[in-house]
Amino acid sequence: MIEFFLDRRSGTSPYMQLVNQVRQALLLDRMRVGDQLPTIKTVVGHLAINPNTVQKAYRELERQGLIESTPGVGTFVKQSLAGPAVSVHPELRQSLAEWLERARDANLDDETIVALFESAMQATVAEERV
Amino acid sequence: MSAVLEAKNLGKRFGAHWALRNCTFSLQAGQITALVGPNGSGKSTLLELAVGLLSPTEGSIEIFGSSPLKNPPDVLQRVGFTAQEHPLFGGFSVAEMLRFGKNLNPRWDDEFANARVAQLGLPLNKKIGKLSGGQRAQIALILSLAKRPDVVLLDEPVASFDPLARREFLQTLMVTAAETSASIVLSSHTLEDLERVCDSILVIADGTIQLIGEIESVLASHRYVVGPPEEEVLSSIVHTVISRSRTGRQVATLVNLEAPLVLGDSWSVYEPSLEDVILGYLERSRNNPIGITA
Repeated sequence: MIEFFLDRRSGTSPYMQLVNQVRQALLLDRMRVGDQLPTIKTVVGHLAINPNTVQKAYRELERQGLIESTPGVGTFVKQSLAGPAVSVHPELRQSLAEWLERARDANLDDETIVALFESAMQATVAEERV
Repeated sequence: MSAVLEAKNLGKRFGAHWALRNCTFSLQAGQITALVGPNGSGKSTLLELAVGLLSPTEGSIEIFGSSPLKNPPDVLQRVGFTAQEHPLFGGFSVAEMLRFGKNLNPRWDDEFANARVAQLGLPLNKKIGKLSGGQRAQIALILSLAKRPDVVLLDEPVASFDPLARREFLQTLMVTAAETSASIVLSSHTLEDLERVCDSILVIADGTIQLIGEIESVLASHRYVVGPPEEEVLSSIVHTVISRSRTGRQVATLVNLEAPLVLGDSWSVYEPSLEDVILGYLERSRNNPIGITA
């Protein structure tokens, strides 16, 4: 079952952090259709967080059609975000890791690496649009 | 939604000094509200007025639609209040303190009280006076919550806690909120964890309300704008300036947005944290001690 964390220094609101963590778990296939999410009370007890915040995050995920709550039974994943291509993730991750190693060998710092990645991403998006 | 607490032009004077003045606000059911302000700003006075430990000098405060000074048993049954100093009987054992709570409160939830005491490993036979400060605070909180109130008012509940005690205390409080949907008002002079625990804030300084609102809309309606000093006047015409600081060639202004921001290219806009916004208002009140009621 997914375990939530809150990053206190992140500028993202606690509610959005919970939503994002579920979305990320779904994207990376760490959570699948039918998997149960912890009850609101469990999350509240674990994080010492306002129950309205958890409720709001679950409502938002429900609105996005990703989870479904059945009163008295629980909250379950209704739809996955992992595409059919999830099987190629390990391979892509590996080649990215190799690329990162080459970037570090070339003495690039993290900020430059992220900047390079983002500019390459923007360039390919722009190409696709043409 | 109905109002749990509603103050109209509420004021309290001690001798020649107004501890609280011109307070008008209402808090909705089911919300968790932080009452924030520096020491001596009027937070405790406001909470004591809310539960009828003090009577207003002017204006009124109502809890569940009636004055806490009239029909006290009906009203106070539904209210859990823990004063700042966690008043308990030092000579009682933990078990005796719980029995005391049980005998005085018709809605007392014995199962909850015992479960929570056991969960925290609080020794039943130990005298209250021999417990640590954090343990005493836990007992005080359990007594307030076990009477199953519809509203819980806590005055500086976590001020003196170590991080673990603080976390356990907030866990008890939040789990209870999830179980009972009680409304909670907690005062605090520290700004840590507010966003995690609360939906709304009420910022009070110098005895007057500086800011009140849901945290989310407060964050959405405030921005830092940073730009050249000669254009500074542009932003202050359209928006309410909360605080301003000048450094060399630039001026940074915290504004309350009253309209969409339209600024020249030489300006940057940043989203402030909740802490930044609160501190901006506190700073403003210190610079204008007369107080501006939002």
